[in-house]
Amino acid sequence: MVTTTSPPPDVALTGGRRRGPDRIFRGFAVSASGIVVALVVLVGAFLVTKASPSLAADTASFLSSREWSVADPTNLRFGIAQLLWVTVISSILAMAFAVPVAIGVALYLTHYAPARVAKPFAYLVDLLAAVPSIVFGLWGARVLMAYVQPLQDFLKSVFGWIPLFAPTSVQAGTIFLASIVLAIMILPIITALSREVFKQTPNEHKEAALALGATRWEMIRIAVLPFGRPGVISAAMLGLGRALGETIAVTIILSTTSGAFSWSLFFGGETFASKIANAASEFDTPSTTGAYIAAGLVLFILTFAVNAIARIIIERRKAFTE
Amino acid sequence: MSAVTSLSESAASAGPGGAAPGDLSSPASSSRRAKDRGATIAMHSAFVLALVPLAWILWTVTSQGYRMLLTSQWWMNSQRGVTVRDFGGGAYHAIIGTVLQAGVTAVISVPIGILTAIYLVEYGRGVAARAVSFMVDVLTGIPSIVAALTIYALWISTFGLSRVGFAVSLALVLLMVPTIVRSTEEMLKLVPNELREASYALGVPKWKTIMRIVLPTAFSGILTGVLLGLARVMGETAPLLILGPYTKSINFDLFSGNMASLPTMINQDRTEFLDAAVQRTWGAALTLILVVMLLNLAGRLIARFGKV
Repeated sequence: MVTTTSPPPDVALTGGRRRGPDRIFRGFAVSASGIVVALVVLVGAFLVTKASPSLAADTASFLSSREWSVADPTNLRFGIAQLLWVTVISSILAMAFAVPVAIGVALYLTHYAPARVAKPFAYLVDLLAAVPSIVFGLWGARVLMAYVQPLQDFLKSVFGWIPLFAPTSVQAGTIFLASIVLAIMILPIITALSREVFKQTPNEHKEAALALGATRWEMIRIAVLPFGRPGVISAAMLGLGRALGETIAVTIILSTTSGAFSWSLFFGGETFASKIANAASEFDTPSTTGAYIAAGLVLFILTFAVNAIARIIIERRKAFTE
Repeated sequence: MSAVTSLSESAASAGPGGAAPGDLSSPASSSRRAKDRGATIAMHSAFVLALVPLAWILWTVTSQGYRMLLTSQWWMNSQRGVTVRDFGGGAYHAIIGTVLQAGVTAVISVPIGILTAIYLVEYGRGVAARAVSFMVDVLTGIPSIVAALTIYALWISTFGLSRVGFAVSLALVLLMVPTIVRSTEEMLKLVPNELREASYALGVPKWKTIMRIVLPTAFSGILTGVLLGLARVMGETAPLLILGPYTKSINFDLFSGNMASLPTMINQDRTEFLDAAVQRTWGAALTLILVVMLLNLAGRLIARFGKV
């Protein structure tokens, strides 16, 4: 314990000793971090404790069943197979649509747009992130749907022999449409983060490339993209995570079909999030609620896994100069 | 420094059509130039492609919803007593709900988020810092519906409390904290170490260095992060579906009674196809976009002037 009176500020720091205000400030920072850790523990603990009774009472196979009847507490039968498929395929498709465009936009904003307009243009893209998800949902279901349908019909007629593109009974609210809307929703996040890392590319790297006679594209390929790769991957993963958990837009768009199951992208269904959202008014008995919380738990684990993978990639290819 | 920047910028911003690469040491071959041209076109089209949905959505919402917003009734009345078939009524009840819930969320989240970022950048070393950073990553990935379920399990299943505005705010805190930590952290990392070292060399204590040198330098970026977080939180619907049932009446109390909000107001009538309901839905959507975007714009202006 060191309890000397704090030295006047013009006296040099005494070796390794922390002064009062410094300790207090550090204390604040540490406790805030503690709260963050506690929040995560809270999420995990409450989901597990509330889900496990229903999971124990589940008479169907939780992982492989496509059933979902949770109204009768004495005979709970629910499984996540279909939810998992719809959630994962719609999100991956959304990411596949969004990432190339996002990288292009980020490169445009950092290396192509005239300096004068780069900032306002970046702001325009950021504005897309300000559009609330429920508005995306409304627009997707009421406006975009009519324009995507011809494209769907075309894909169905040409590639219909592939199970993924097989025609189904669902006409409008397909996984395909949901993916397009999800892609638009995650585009600004991926763009903003990619832009930040591209901007951080050391000028020396870029100038070295240009000095060797590289064209602008070659400069980007050999200096900017390698430097930004971990950042772009982390951005893409954040976008994927958001797509996996996106609720209301998907809820509005997807047809909750009860028809025969199909692997097709032109089928409807429900994601984890939309399943829970559609049932928000049915949370009356603990066993019913528990079943939906179990679905939420799987969604949590899924997004957790996505983040973990992203983190491993970033750690392995860390390119930031400290 | 500025000379270096302008040099690289002038090299990088040579127009796609005009300037030949004459300033390079050796002229590029035609195939390389074609690739460069192709890349330029691709980047431009990516940008245009990204703007199409924005313009389209804004146009749709504005053209469908502006009529409601032109009446004074919209800004001063609630929907109390207005049925699905009736035109009229306002969004006042929903606006105050959204603003109150987001405000409380920000008041809780911003200090936690900024302090955690300070810990990670300025103090944290070794295992503890990696653990916190990992937890922030986990929190970043938590979908809003999962945050809502967690607070449901805590607030309603465990404590037996009812669905009130504050419960919504708690769920939103889970979503806003990681956004602020990450954006603040990025900004703090961008502050050059030389500034910190210069400050230490003058004998300024660490906490004062952070408060007076590091945070002000990163201020505009932090503010932008806070506002983007706020924008995300205001537009969230999932926690409201689970924790914040809609009401047509005005309620200022975060701790009792149902509290309306703009997203739930949209959700309320979205399955109706009566003219009155459709107009109300788009009107509420336009209001929500306006509230979020005005905040966003104001924040950016403040950030710009705050930096000078």
